[in-house]
Amino acid sequence: MISIKSVVHNYKNTKPISFKDWQINNGEQWLLLGESGSGKTTLLHILTGILKPEQGEVSINDTSIYSLSSKNLDQFRGRNIGIIFQRPHLIKSLTIAENLLLAQSFAKLPANHQRIDEVLNSLDIIHKKDSYPSTLSQGQLQRVSIARAVINKPALLIADEPTSSLDDKNAKAVLELLMQQSGLNQATLIVATHDKRVKDAFTHIYDLA
Amino acid sequence: MSPFKISWKSIWSKPLSSGLNIMLIAFGTGILTILLLASTQIEEKLNNNSKDIDLVVGAKGSPLQLILSSIYYIDFPTGNIPLKDANELSHNPFVKRATPLALGDNYNGVRIVGTDSNFISLYGLKLQSGKFWKADLEATIGTNVAKEQNLKVGDTFFGAHGLTENKDLHKDHAYKVAGILAPQGNVTDNLILTNIASVWKMHGEEDGENNREITSLLIQYRSPMSVVMFPRMVNQGTNLQSASPAMESTRLFSLIGVGVDTLQWFAILIMLIAAISVFVNLYNSLKERSYDLAIMRTLGASRTKLFVIVILEGLILTIAGTIVGVALGHLALELIAHYQESSQAKLTGLIFITSEVYLLLAGLAIGIFASIIPAMQAYRSNISKILAKN
Repeated sequence: MISIKSVVHNYKNTKPISFKDWQINNGEQWLLLGESGSGKTTLLHILTGILKPEQGEVSINDTSIYSLSSKNLDQFRGRNIGIIFQRPHLIKSLTIAENLLLAQSFAKLPANHQRIDEVLNSLDIIHKKDSYPSTLSQGQLQRVSIARAVINKPALLIADEPTSSLDDKNAKAVLELLMQQSGLNQATLIVATHDKRVKDAFTHIYDLA
Repeated sequence: MSPFKISWKSIWSKPLSSGLNIMLIAFGTGILTILLLASTQIEEKLNNNSKDIDLVVGAKGSPLQLILSSIYYIDFPTGNIPLKDANELSHNPFVKRATPLALGDNYNGVRIVGTDSNFISLYGLKLQSGKFWKADLEATIGTNVAKEQNLKVGDTFFGAHGLTENKDLHKDHAYKVAGILAPQGNVTDNLILTNIASVWKMHGEEDGENNREITSLLIQYRSPMSVVMFPRMVNQGTNLQSASPAMESTRLFSLIGVGVDTLQWFAILIMLIAAISVFVNLYNSLKERSYDLAIMRTLGASRTKLFVIVILEGLILTIAGTIVGVALGHLALELIAHYQESSQAKLTGLIFITSEVYLLLAGLAIGIFASIIPAMQAYRSNISKILAKN
């Protein structure tokens, strides 16, 4: 179970943002809906352990993440949280397989080439395994960024505005991929967006309005 | 995947800027390597060739020229001195051993030195084959001479008048190789030794002891007292000149040293520019890669790991530059030695000296100096801000 309780964050010279308590059962798929500037990204950063809130508690599967030491929190994030960004940003100097190996390595997990093949196969990009990111199309890069997020079988898969810059067809395809991969990996999915086109795909919605 | 591999692949993803940085460091290190090797070898050769000679007596002129011609065989002698005067000095009570030298001829640029058996004891000469010169026109040649001139025991050759050119051959008398010296590691490896009478014979001075001349005398003192008394006695009481190898070598090295120091500062300046260039390169690439590093943090990389990755990039660039520079320095010196005209002070790039370790340590220090600020920035970066901005 993932929960946030009494979370408030305060950026310098701005009004504090407080977030409603939120409880998510394992394996659920949620939409985090909110307009630009409503605090979506702030909440995602708080959930992923990269922005410590001024107040409140965040726990993932009974681990209160901000009670962990900095080093343990980094490792916890690497093993338990997969993040997909709006732009599929990969490390340009590494091949696709090496980008995935990097995620295993930073999470201090042994290199698992079989798992890499399995994930790339499921996303239909195994043929690009030894290519560099600069040779891939945007759609292929998006798939690789999903592969990187799920490679360590995380408990929580978070996507930040994954469809905002895509047309209807591609937005639907990416959303389907995310849902398929979270299902395959038994991960909880949170998709943060202001894109109302995807609203109908979710039964659980956390609205920041 | 190790931080080393990540840094390595990052460097290779920017071949042009990485290559330029490596070349810049290599250039500075290469100059320092050449200077280090050349000055060490020159100093060693100066000391090796003059270590048992306390004083050189010759014709009046430049004392440095006298030392260069009579000990290092790299300049023209100041003139000749009467054999009679030389014999008187040889029997002086301050003198333990006096070794006469008669110069004036060469074979393909190799100096032919007329001397006596004192020369053998002075340099502790040993034979590789054959025997030492004894009769007139017998010659014992240095090991390098045998190799380079392709001479062996029993071969004959004609000497030529002068010290460098091979034009005016003495065709009436041929020298015969009586022996070849074992490698000595000093100037004798590059000489042809014969007796003084042979040199006189070449120049038609066989008769009349009073008219005979030699080039110089290499003196070994009998006691410390001689150091004070003997040179003054020669310089003030005779028409001859005395020169101390120790003093003149020091003077020579200090003259060379000015140029060496200037080049050394120049090389250090290049290394400093290289360090700044690596710093600017890492600093700029860090700006471009801040999002990369933030992504790495979201994948679980710790702050320390990012610090190590950036430091390693600086170290790989500078250490690679240093190793390439040291290798290029050795290669360049070997090439210089290959085209070097003077066979008497031949340098080599094929030796390694312990001081070269300091160059590697300097490369390490420059790497850390150039990457510490970018690495600290990577360590301190606020990933939430970077991700939100992008």
